[in-house]
Amino acid sequence: MRTDVVVIGAGHAGLAMSRCLAERSIDHVVIERGEVASSWKTGRWDSLRLLTPNWQSRLPGYVYAGSDPDGFRTMPETVAFIERYADLVSAPVRTHTTVNSVRRTDDGYVVATDRGAWLSRAVVLATGWCNLAHVPALAQAVPAKVATLTPMQYRNPSWLDAGGVLVVGASASGVQIADEIHRSGRPVTLAVGEHIRMPRTYRGRDIQWWMDAAGVLDQRHDEVDDHERARSVPSPQLAGHPDRRTVDLNALGEIGVTLVGRLAAIRDGRALFSGGLANKVALADLKMNRLLDTFDRWAASTGFGDGIEAAHRFEPTRIDPSVPLSLDLAGGRIRTIVWATGYRPDYSWLDVPVLDRKGRIRHTGGVVDSPGMYLMGEPFMRRRKSGLIDGAGDDARELSAHLASRLGSRGRAGWPPGGPQPARRASSAQAPATDSSEPPARSKPRRARGEVSRPAAELANTA
Amino acid sequence: MTTVAEKPVENGVNVTALVGAREALKQAPEAARFTWRASSRWLGGTHSRSSVEGFFGLGQEHSHKSEFTFDIDHPEVFASEDRGATPVELVLSGLAGCLTAGVAAIAQMRNIQLHSVTATLEGAMDIRGILGADSDVRNGFDDVRVTFDIDADATREQIEALVAQSQKRSAVFDIITNPTNVTVTVA
Repeated sequence: MRTDVVVIGAGHAGLAMSRCLAERSIDHVVIERGEVASSWKTGRWDSLRLLTPNWQSRLPGYVYAGSDPDGFRTMPETVAFIERYADLVSAPVRTHTTVNSVRRTDDGYVVATDRGAWLSRAVVLATGWCNLAHVPALAQAVPAKVATLTPMQYRNPSWLDAGGVLVVGASASGVQIADEIHRSGRPVTLAVGEHIRMPRTYRGRDIQWWMDAAGVLDQRHDEVDDHERARSVPSPQLAGHPDRRTVDLNALGEIGVTLVGRLAAIRDGRALFSGGLANKVALADLKMNRLLDTFDRWAASTGFGDGIEAAHRFEPTRIDPSVPLSLDLAGGRIRTIVWATGYRPDYSWLDVPVLDRKGRIRHTGGVVDSPGMYLMGEPFMRRRKSGLIDGAGDDARELSAHLASRLGSRGRAGWPPGGPQPARRASSAQAPATDSSEPPARSKPRRARGEVSRPAAELANTA
Repeated sequence: MTTVAEKPVENGVNVTALVGAREALKQAPEAARFTWRASSRWLGGTHSRSSVEGFFGLGQEHSHKSEFTFDIDHPEVFASEDRGATPVELVLSGLAGCLTAGVAAIAQMRNIQLHSVTATLEGAMDIRGILGADSDVRNGFDDVRVTFDIDADATREQIEALVAQSQKRSAVFDIITNPTNVTVTVA
């Protein structure tokens, strides 16, 4: 079977790309191993909600026009939304089709699936960033009697034995799971390494609203000093609770979660933790305050700050002066360990040499290091928002433009170095032309011009 | 936000070289493997002298410009001769040196002029551990407290950020706060 473009994955990113390709009348197919939005149907815990509000799920041709713009979608609601989007854009999806390999040919790629092979001139990898849970090698030393699971296996506290739980990792998954399990009456110890602290709301507005309005999410990959580090930044300690509560280390400490440092080793049935937790929380507090400084400056320069709550800062993260350095795993008080230690994509089927030493795809802004291959959905792939649903639209528009010019110039070798160079839009508050038929759910104040690059410099200032 | 300096900031750290090395070593990780060395000789009682001269890195052997020596001993309250600082005081000094160098390098990179940087360190210890008087008491420090006093052309928050970042990239901080494999054998 032949087509111009094979898009692998029918999640929001693959579907957004499909919409953009269709707008350019580019022949393509979307291959999906399960059904549309399958990743959201499995491997997610029962209470999980998106940590971005409903209005922030903008995709090409779609803006949220429902009655709860500030709500946070549950998993079934997320699946329904993506399924509706697939219908809206009439994406040519082949479901229940598993890709076994992708290989290069003389003028493109062969995508071998369990329902036949596709020959195409271009391939878009939209298979998702969180296919597999990462579990550290030291997990092998966990005593046999202790149950272990990843966030992709976890569903709700009632599946766990009564008794103590060690949650390893304090990013979004870790703090949400620690909070829920501790509230179920199972005492939680949370091992905290590097993390991103963020309040859910600030000066009366959702933090994602600030990230968007102040231009932080539009920060480009080539505007940061160290993109390597930026693409590995963990997800912030946010949750989509309807009561909009903040789930940071102070909140967890207040309900009785025991905070310890990064899990450093397991020796003779004891977990050993870093003694450097005070530094990690200091770094996270400093980084949060720099982000709030950015928001306050933007609010002051645009006049938006006049009508809202005054600027303020949150309490520093409180930790015990003498944080426990070890925890017995063999004695029975800890019954379960949850490895909230990150996720990674699965590229085992990709037979094109585009992976670096650490198994990550080599690309510049989503243009992969192999002609005609593109990537979607990696955190900070083109912009800080690339890993969010809201980031797929701009990325799909720009990468489809690059792809289109490549297809249009068949026979011309190579592609422009550094990836696509689209015209910069002064403000991404402008809705793309295709959305004009649907009224935006909210109007936003325009951000000040020139403000975008200074926040970029602040955020690049690593700590 | 950094203060705009009217003259170039000079803390004496060649950050250009450090940044260049970082980029080069990303491409050549084998060259990044270093082996630091020290040797020591017993001089009687609890007194020994440690010497540091050669180390390995960037694919070859190197020598310091001169040999550095450290006399190490126990104090009179330990019924000893006090001919040198104690081993744990050397560890505190190592931590101070590592964090201070980090503060200077990061200040240079962030265009912050330092005027003075002093650090005071305390390591609390229950000596029943090393005396073997109570097996529930550890040998090492119960905790380590470091206080930095920094005079610089920067806000308090910028200075706090410098100090936080220096811990993040400190070798000795990592050695002390995280487990490290140590193997001791007899030749």
